[in-house]
Amino acid sequence: MMLFALTTILAACSSGEEDVAEGDEGEAVEEEVQDTLIFGRGGDSVTLDPIGATDGESFKVTKNIFETLVNFGEQDTDVVPENNGLAESWEISEDGLTYTFDLREGVLFHDGTEFDANAVVANFERWAAGDADSAPYYSSMFGGYAGEPGHIIESVTAVEDHVVEFKLTRPSAPFLKNLAMSPFGIASPTAFEELGEEFGNNPVGTGPFQFVEWQRNDTVTVERFEDYWQEGLPNLERIIFRAIPDNSARLNSLLSGEIDLADGINPADAATIADEPELQLWERPSMNIGYLGFTTTREPFDDPLVRQALSYAIDKQAIVDAFFEGYAETAKNPLPPVISGYNDEIEDYTYNPEKAKELLAAAGYPDGFEMELWAMPVPRPYMPDGQKVAEAIQANLADVGVTAEIVSFEWATYLEKAKNGEADAFLLGWTGDNGDADNFLYVLLDQDNIGSNNYTRYENQELHDILIEAQTETDEEARAELYRQAQEIIHEDAPMVPLAHSTPLIAGDADITGYTPHPTGSDKLDNVAFE
Amino acid sequence: MLNYAGRRLMQLIPVLLGMTFVVFMIIRAIPGDPAQVILGQQATEEAVRSLRAQLGLDDPWYIQYFEYLVGLVTGDLGNSLRTQVPVVEEIWPYLAATIELSMFAIIIAVILGVNAGIISAWFQNSWFDYTAMVLALVGVSMPIFWLGLMNQWIFSIELGVLPTTGRENVRDPVEAITHFYIIDTIITGRFDQLTVVFRHLILPGTALATIPMAIIARMTRSSMLEVMRADYIRTARAKGMKMFLVVYKHALKNAIIPVLTIIGLQMGLLLGGAILTETIFGWPGIGRYIYEAIGFRDYPVIQSGILVVAFIFVMINLFVDLLYSAVDPRIKYD
Repeated sequence: MMLFALTTILAACSSGEEDVAEGDEGEAVEEEVQDTLIFGRGGDSVTLDPIGATDGESFKVTKNIFETLVNFGEQDTDVVPENNGLAESWEISEDGLTYTFDLREGVLFHDGTEFDANAVVANFERWAAGDADSAPYYSSMFGGYAGEPGHIIESVTAVEDHVVEFKLTRPSAPFLKNLAMSPFGIASPTAFEELGEEFGNNPVGTGPFQFVEWQRNDTVTVERFEDYWQEGLPNLERIIFRAIPDNSARLNSLLSGEIDLADGINPADAATIADEPELQLWERPSMNIGYLGFTTTREPFDDPLVRQALSYAIDKQAIVDAFFEGYAETAKNPLPPVISGYNDEIEDYTYNPEKAKELLAAAGYPDGFEMELWAMPVPRPYMPDGQKVAEAIQANLADVGVTAEIVSFEWATYLEKAKNGEADAFLLGWTGDNGDADNFLYVLLDQDNIGSNNYTRYENQELHDILIEAQTETDEEARAELYRQAQEIIHEDAPMVPLAHSTPLIAGDADITGYTPHPTGSDKLDNVAFE
Repeated sequence: MLNYAGRRLMQLIPVLLGMTFVVFMIIRAIPGDPAQVILGQQATEEAVRSLRAQLGLDDPWYIQYFEYLVGLVTGDLGNSLRTQVPVVEEIWPYLAATIELSMFAIIIAVILGVNAGIISAWFQNSWFDYTAMVLALVGVSMPIFWLGLMNQWIFSIELGVLPTTGRENVRDPVEAITHFYIIDTIITGRFDQLTVVFRHLILPGTALATIPMAIIARMTRSSMLEVMRADYIRTARAKGMKMFLVVYKHALKNAIIPVLTIIGLQMGLLLGGAILTETIFGWPGIGRYIYEAIGFRDYPVIQSGILVVAFIFVMINLFVDLLYSAVDPRIKYD
């Protein structure tokens, strides 16, 4: 009371006539048409040099400063020339080894230099000469750095001023999709040569917005690039990305009008936003998987029967209804349905405790067993509340005689220990990088990735052969068929229980137009405007 | 006195050295590989290995520790593993943000806490006394994040009088010179911004002030009660001295010593304990800086951040100790 009284007095003393949107300039602008967007998000960027980043928060900003050679669609991950990348068109040779790109003319970098074939070559040379720290994504997408045996880019040459040619050492089906990924935004060679390591604090690209200021842990400001090649774009004058770590506080800031767009809305808050006439809610197309993984090298989870039994024991629908508030669909494959190669023929292990008990008995555990169930400590887009999902699973398992003790660690520790195979079963998930099946199946379940992202430590030679074949196959239909086979094998072996493909939520002012959330999680905001 | 201060400062060296060692060992004992965390969930094993080598994380611990100490002595706190920026350059804005918030909080806590304590003691067993002490009890037990979110809801959303998060109006940012925004807005003559900065301080400041205010109020009250029973107070009152003067001039002077200790301790706690407040109110301060560094296993930042906070903590305590003799001449240091 005393505190409230005090706060009221202080508020009264200082508030005067200002309203909460505060700042005379802010208000004046608002009366006309607002041209500054304040984008509230959960964390700060790590770097503004896209090639140095691996985190979604960094790409949310760089996506607007940099452009890639080829582009994903507005709400999908198809790569076609109509999507307005820096390349106007391209040709792929018969053998799938030579890619020739015709580059857009009249494109300028923010520092005034011209974008041309030499700029593309310089960027690729810079990345290929990098290492795990300076270009972490490069080696995962292109098989290593320059000179390493797996490196698939043999050469990048400027054939003409605006024609660039890539020669590959072997065909690579996801090559174009990889080029469209945010880390491979084309930077101004003049700027990165001059700035060196400082480039990450002073990014220069060809995108619709140019960098202005970065106050770490607080705001990143970008403003309209007057010479942007797409006539009439962007609509906004300025975007300020603000870090507000707590989800509830971020929603409060949106409700009070201090920010215009809020990322990372709890599914539980969706109803509040729907009730608010001044706000609107967007659903990001789902490109993720939340799953319960089994460490397949630990007893009794080394037995496929046990894994299948537990797959039958979990009531996915109840979990989705209770903890995703309906903003998710239940999953039956590690791959989300939007991705080419998804196998819809798979018949899911539907919730069936009786069947689970039978299988457990057949595996030699008629009375069940005791296990640890690891619950992730942080909300992720694919799992809003790991702790509660774990509790639901615990109850499901108890019904079939399995006693699960819920265990949790701080996030970095959790990942490290789970990766080392220290968990019996653990909750985790994955958001796709480039919309390719390879980016889910190979990354999460191939034996090559044990000790990396294959947290289940699942090994299957047959699966491995198929996944490798699919990497080099360039015929789309043949690839899709290979991935469908792969999902059958995975389904049979059940190294994980796919739980849900969630729909991440974003909320914002009702008068925002032109905002289309992209499945990759980083959005280009050039079309956004206020009504 | 100078002698004493000098001696105390010398004693700080082993204390801080010991602390660097303890912090160094503890953060390396927790699992979670910085290289892995920096590269993220999507990284390959090979990438992680090569980054480890590059960051010098493969060296034996004593070499890493020695290098760290050498750096400290030469004023080099290392580079943040995450941002690659030298910690020395990076840390100041965060520290300033937290100091500004803590000072604001401690001023509120002291003014209100001390006065509430005095009035409670003065009118012992009155309704004011009971109410204040019940509130103080609630204050110490109230979770800050709950209080913070409630305050946001009431004062920003329902009443619309105060901003919810941040330090400034981001549409019209403050030009940072010292990074103490109150000072910066005065230097640049932007008095409209000064109001804005004050308004941003109120919610997080009061949330942060709640616990120390409650503790200070209770301490002041009990200390005052003790002093008020002393003979010299009875004499003063018998002489017909005004109650106000008795309390604020004579009694408070003696009662304040234990309160000073508490204030000193609370200031240190505020600095270190601002994490929750800073998270809820999107305050870019040192608490969040260190907290996020822990999430990223950013060793140089964690080490230096904790060291700086600890250093300020011991300096405040030293200052409080020195203040004793200023308040009470009977306390002497040689």
